[in-house]
Amino acid sequence: MKKNSIQFSSVKRILRYIKRYSFLLVISILLSLVTVGLTLYIPIVIGDAIDLIVGKEQVALDKILTLLLNVGIISVIIALLQWIMNTINNKITFSITRDVRNEAFDKLEKLPLKYIDSHAYGEIVSRMISDVDQLAEGLLMGFTQFFTGVSTIVGTLVFMLTLSPVITVVVVALTPLSLIVASFISKRTYSLFKVQSEARAKQTAIIGENLGNLKVVKAFSHEDESLEEFDKSNEQLKKASVKAIFFSSLVNPTTRFVNALVYAGVALVGAMVVMGNFGTAISIGALSCFLSYANQYAKPFNEISGVVTELQNSLACATRVFQLIDEETELPDDENALVLTNAQGEVTLSNVEFSYTPEKELIKNLNLAVEKGQRIAIVGPTGCGKTTLINLLMRFYDVNSGAISVDGEDIRNITRHSLRKNYGMVLQDTWLMGGTVKENIALGKPDATDEEIIKAAKAAHAHSFIKRLPQGYDTVISEELGGLSQGQKQLLCISRIMLSPPPMLILDEATSSIDTRTELKIQNAFALLMKGRTSFIVAHRLSTIKEADIILVMNNGNIVEQGNHQELLLKRGFYYNLYNSQFENNEEH
Amino acid sequence: MKKLLVHMKGYKKQCVLAPLFKMLEACFELFIPLVVASIVDVGIKNNDTPYIVKCCLIMVALGAIGLTCTLFAQYFSAYAAVGFVSSIKHGLFKHISSLSYTEIDTLGTSTLITRMTSDINQVQSGVNLTLRLFMRSPVIVFGAMIMAFIVDVNASLVFVVAIPLLAVVVFGIILSTIPLYKKVQGKLDRVLNTSRENLSGVRVIRAFGLEESEKSKFHAQTEELNKAQVFVGKISAIMNPATYAIVNISISILIWRGAIQVNYGNLTQGQVIALYNYMSQILIELIKLANLIVTITKAVACANRIEGVLEVQPSQKSGSLTSGENNAYTVEFKKASLRYKNSPECTLEDISFTAMPGESIGIIGGTGSGKSSLINMIGRFYDCYEGQVLVEGNDVCDYDLEYLREQIGIVPQKAVLFKGTIRDNLKWGNKQATDTEILSAIDAAQATDVLNSKSEGLDFVIEEGGKNLSGGQRQRFTIARALVKKPKILILDDSCSALDYATDARLRHAIKNIDFNPTTFIVSQRTSSIMHCDKIIVLDDGKIVGMGKHEELLKSCLVYSEIYESQFKEEER
Repeated sequence: MKKNSIQFSSVKRILRYIKRYSFLLVISILLSLVTVGLTLYIPIVIGDAIDLIVGKEQVALDKILTLLLNVGIISVIIALLQWIMNTINNKITFSITRDVRNEAFDKLEKLPLKYIDSHAYGEIVSRMISDVDQLAEGLLMGFTQFFTGVSTIVGTLVFMLTLSPVITVVVVALTPLSLIVASFISKRTYSLFKVQSEARAKQTAIIGENLGNLKVVKAFSHEDESLEEFDKSNEQLKKASVKAIFFSSLVNPTTRFVNALVYAGVALVGAMVVMGNFGTAISIGALSCFLSYANQYAKPFNEISGVVTELQNSLACATRVFQLIDEETELPDDENALVLTNAQGEVTLSNVEFSYTPEKELIKNLNLAVEKGQRIAIVGPTGCGKTTLINLLMRFYDVNSGAISVDGEDIRNITRHSLRKNYGMVLQDTWLMGGTVKENIALGKPDATDEEIIKAAKAAHAHSFIKRLPQGYDTVISEELGGLSQGQKQLLCISRIMLSPPPMLILDEATSSIDTRTELKIQNAFALLMKGRTSFIVAHRLSTIKEADIILVMNNGNIVEQGNHQELLLKRGFYYNLYNSQFENNEEH
Repeated sequence: MKKLLVHMKGYKKQCVLAPLFKMLEACFELFIPLVVASIVDVGIKNNDTPYIVKCCLIMVALGAIGLTCTLFAQYFSAYAAVGFVSSIKHGLFKHISSLSYTEIDTLGTSTLITRMTSDINQVQSGVNLTLRLFMRSPVIVFGAMIMAFIVDVNASLVFVVAIPLLAVVVFGIILSTIPLYKKVQGKLDRVLNTSRENLSGVRVIRAFGLEESEKSKFHAQTEELNKAQVFVGKISAIMNPATYAIVNISISILIWRGAIQVNYGNLTQGQVIALYNYMSQILIELIKLANLIVTITKAVACANRIEGVLEVQPSQKSGSLTSGENNAYTVEFKKASLRYKNSPECTLEDISFTAMPGESIGIIGGTGSGKSSLINMIGRFYDCYEGQVLVEGNDVCDYDLEYLREQIGIVPQKAVLFKGTIRDNLKWGNKQATDTEILSAIDAAQATDVLNSKSEGLDFVIEEGGKNLSGGQRQRFTIARALVKKPKILILDDSCSALDYATDARLRHAIKNIDFNPTTFIVSQRTSSIMHCDKIIVLDDGKIVGMGKHEELLKSCLVYSEIYESQFKEEER
């Protein structure tokens, strides 16, 4: 019941999208009615022509010529109308998918990080791409085959009834047989297909594992065992596939056979009717017309049942896309929200509480006052919630209670855009956009000159490797293509903020993938950059930490200690232990 | 194609029978219009009801025989297609396993996986359809034409014009839309990439405030996609109407010519109906044939890609030696250099050093300095470009590859475990290993506590990709896997990065005191991991810039002291 109502509302939504193209839709429906009518009319004209061919010297050639000329002209008209109709249907469908995709994407840009972080990217992308494609397919089939199919069935019935009710009964009584047979077989094959896809999934997993890690397989000379395991899965899949493919391939021949039965039945009864055994006789031309109707009558039924499954499927897909579009957006910026320009860099956190899920408390009662130009290091074991703090500062997430303010203004009263522009951020997870190296560096300042870009790259020690790329700064990088090492990617990300450093910095393990020598050099550049800029640094190297004005020590999502290096050492608490464990370890060697 | 067709060998019989039966079915179908003609010409004309009933029964019989034939055909083709493909899969898997690292690098593992999965599935459906339809459709098309000629030559000349015309339209449209559809796919891929990029880069995009420009970029892309879709739609929408018009015009001409013949008394009314029916049959089959050709072109493209992989020959030939010299260095590099395929420059140049039995060798250097490349040459995963690598006195190229790799236990950078129990995974090192041996390897690898935390012990099932273990846990099991082998040469390729300092130290201690006393190579970025090695090799940009013990290097090697300083500066003060 609930499912139905969701589906119903999806249908209504789809209709709303279609409404924008209602003019085209009306034309399309009209065209389909006209073409179907004309298409069904042609066998009748041909039948009439055949009736005029009685025997030697009994052929009314001039009348036949007129009839046949009509057939030619009508079929050209039908062809033209059909083409226009198909083009209109394409236009409607693809425009709707474009609209849905655009709407989904616009949504994406406004979704709270909370949603994006908690959903697999692949899943969201598949909603936007394959689900929408499926929706398009369903719509297109719906437009082209559903209307035409229904009107063909109705039209055929009407034409047949006017010609001969008796033969019509035969056709109507026998055609459902082919539908029954088809659905019988496909129900049986469904379970076979399931077995097949399970076997295939198993094999794909084996392939993925062994070929994906072929180097390891080879290093352990494990090739033969892997092949043995693969062969086992191969044998299973083979058995399942033969069955599934064979049984599913029975649908066409059996329905063809049923159609042959219908055809024979029409021929038999039709011949009787022609001979006058069943009341009013019909002509031979009418019989030939019936035979061609009988050949086609089952087709729209099969098509419509196909359309119905397709529509159900695309409705489910549409529902998934709509769910995405209906997700709650980030709270919009207040109309009177301040636009922050060139922040001084005073950051205050007062009584901040935050958790991702209500069940699991994370940050509690956090207070912190950062003065302009101070350096704050965030330390703690991996997974302790260092990144959470950054999420709050950048307002990727909003605090549950308490407040964060910049230059004395609650960040909730500042537009997100301007707040974020005031932070320069380098994350551990490097992200490069598909595009050239140059474009990637100039992400925050698209109008930067080449000199500025090169200067920034030099400051980040990225210039020397960029120079060696095939097309230098114009080399196109794409996320999948790779070609750049993790460290090099990180250098590019650092170049980005070197280009136009904002008043505040956030560095989240910004140099974790860079070798220590290069890192040392970059640290110097960072030190220069951080002068006069408030900076938050997630770091694992003690050297960076010791120079910080405030060290936040985090553990299990909480800030357990706060202070500078000396103060924290004197406390002999968590930081003291952390520091000593590393120190001791190094000393031991 | 040759390499693939070999796999057809076991299915020759089915490959002949399937189309044959399909052909039979088609032939029976071709008789139907003739039967209808005789109903009209004989049955109705003479008012002969029993004759008509007989004719209809013949039609049913023809249908039934046709159905039986198809059942055989479908079975044979399914059997042959699946069998053929699974034989290829076996061959392909085996072949891929035989490739060396160089080929794996050039081809890329993701490509190899695609070849093994989606490409091969395309081939399977292509073969299946071909066996089923490739004979049927031409037989119907040309059979219908021949039958028409048998009925009446004069009227049937229309077929000679109509069939090529239909073929041109159908094939022309289908073939011309293939590249257009590819273009559409390309545009869709761009839409997909932008969506994915905006998810993976959401923080950066929002931090730089790029939402609006990304939106307009995306809208432009969907608009382009839309245009391409509508355009290709316009072209492919020509097909059905055009063929429809051609067939109907042909039918008109056919009936016209037929009518003239009837008027002369050369033809009967029923025969005209038969001709009309033959024309209708042709259209349906031509469209099927055209779609079949699309499937076949796709399958052939996939088959060619698969064959491309099969044609790649492993670049390394195994030697024959299965024993080493006794009084020799365990490993010796003589002016060895390494140049990867398609790379303009050498990754390693002029590398010379020796390693004695039981010695520990540390290898350190920045990212991209060639550390991993160096140790990959010991197991002959890559061959020297110049110079020589010797293991136990013989050139690695002279050894039987399997023997050579049995001497080496390697712990790769990426901690990879396979689906199966812990025991299964560790037995990769040595199939005959007893539980005691496995447990002691686990102990040396500092993984006993991990093992103890699993109630199933060695029978704990590791999920695909080791998903149910943490990075550090996986890493320790990969170390244990190498230790189970009790190799003469143990290589740790930066394999302790996920371990904390203390565990790392305990591990090194355990390996040092292990009973089979291997020559150990430790690759690391951390000075602390290698500073106690008997010999440290410092690499910079593919060259050895320093070799010796820690203290010596601190004094003599600038690169080494810089690396050390960057990691220990603060703590030493």
